[in-house]
Amino acid sequence: MRDTMTADANAEQDKARRFRDAALPYLDDVFALARYLLRNPADAEDAVQECYLRALRHFDSYRGPAMKPWLLAILRNVCNAEFARRGKQEAPADDAEDEPPSDQSPLWQEAPASPEAALLRHQDGATIRRLIAALPQPFREAIVLREVNELSYQEIAEVAGVPVGTVMSRLARARSMLRSAWNAGETVACGTAPGSVS
Amino acid sequence: MNCAECEILLHALIDGELDAGHARDVEAHVATCAGCAEKLEAFRAMRSAMAAADLKEKAPAHLRGRIEAALSLPPQAPAQVITPRKFLPPSRRSFFGGLAVGTALSAAIAATLILTVFPNDREQTVADEVVSAHIRSLQPGHLMDVETSDQHTVKPWFDGKVDVAPPVIDLTAEGFTLLGGRLDYIDGEPVASVVYKRRKHIINLFVAQRLGATHANVTDRTIQGYNVRHWSTGGLDFWAVSDLDPSELDEFVGKISAALHGSSS
Repeated sequence: MRDTMTADANAEQDKARRFRDAALPYLDDVFALARYLLRNPADAEDAVQECYLRALRHFDSYRGPAMKPWLLAILRNVCNAEFARRGKQEAPADDAEDEPPSDQSPLWQEAPASPEAALLRHQDGATIRRLIAALPQPFREAIVLREVNELSYQEIAEVAGVPVGTVMSRLARARSMLRSAWNAGETVACGTAPGSVS
Repeated sequence: MNCAECEILLHALIDGELDAGHARDVEAHVATCAGCAEKLEAFRAMRSAMAAADLKEKAPAHLRGRIEAALSLPPQAPAQVITPRKFLPPSRRSFFGGLAVGTALSAAIAATLILTVFPNDREQTVADEVVSAHIRSLQPGHLMDVETSDQHTVKPWFDGKVDVAPPVIDLTAEGFTLLGGRLDYIDGEPVASVVYKRRKHIINLFVAQRLGATHANVTDRTIQGYNVRHWSTGGLDFWAVSDLDPSELDEFVGKISAALHGSSS
């Protein structure tokens, strides 16, 4: 009895170890996506932990192709469950909770000479993060998977569960919205209901 | 190609996702359309600004520790040991079917079970973790937190990050180049790792107050093809891990030990 238990437990430990070696190197990527999707550090940490526990449970059935998009897809499901728990659509106004009151406004009040001038001017990471955080969920997800997680279009399509064509149109929309926010000096207008996209 | 198509495809061009035929089409359109040319330029600039801003996130060390701790336990019972704050509300337990989630009593029983099943070889567990930490460190961007060959930069960097002052020994003259240092987590504790290199081989020297059993003699083992050496001296535990040839790793350990004794006398 004891021997059987020990053998089973050893097999489980071995699996946990193989999983850890394969999956933990992507912790920063998983955390980044959680952080951008949930916009709240404590929720992001819980989601990442839940993602790793779920991934471990499904590790036996994991056949590839690549570990990073697989983990990010699981994380995305965890986040969607969290959105459902919050019981409301992501409201872009939420990010006021996360972000300290903006002391960056002077940066925005210098009217740029031209859109290009604004784009080429150095913007600090915090400002860009704020602009990304203000994007409606599907666009934010697409742009983060591309620019932060550095996935290919095919991988983004797998993670988001949409065709590559949709990925392309979402990225185009996401960048257009970012660009106008970047130039206008205010967060993206949220007139578009997240449900109405693509 | 019209402007509407171009507005979508120019992003694929920027992202290097377009095949040569479509790339030519986009470029041909852009050459004749000032509006699309301006957009292409602007989005290129935006993309490089975003790349320069470094929008990546680094997972906090305590999260890494939490997950490591959760994963090092048999997965029949992870939910009892570390329950994410809100993703396992009681009402949804059935959703995670098969997990034995229960009362505090069963959690206590499970904890006892784990302790009974894995009491014996903490040394082996630590050795495995040391090797895992070594493998993780070899992933791109994970090797060093402080990157310098100057031992006087590496040593103070650890101040306040770990509860020991790890000896940082320059062995460049002896053929082991000091690359830098890193904070790592082993057995749930923060440990210092001093990183060396011989030819193409990385050596991680983990230093902690107590990591496994204490013994002055060097013990050696091989785990997953990596050579591991462990010894204790001066109240510190040392673990050296590398894919370096065993005899060369022994040479490394010998030189570190010699330098430690030289400096402490």
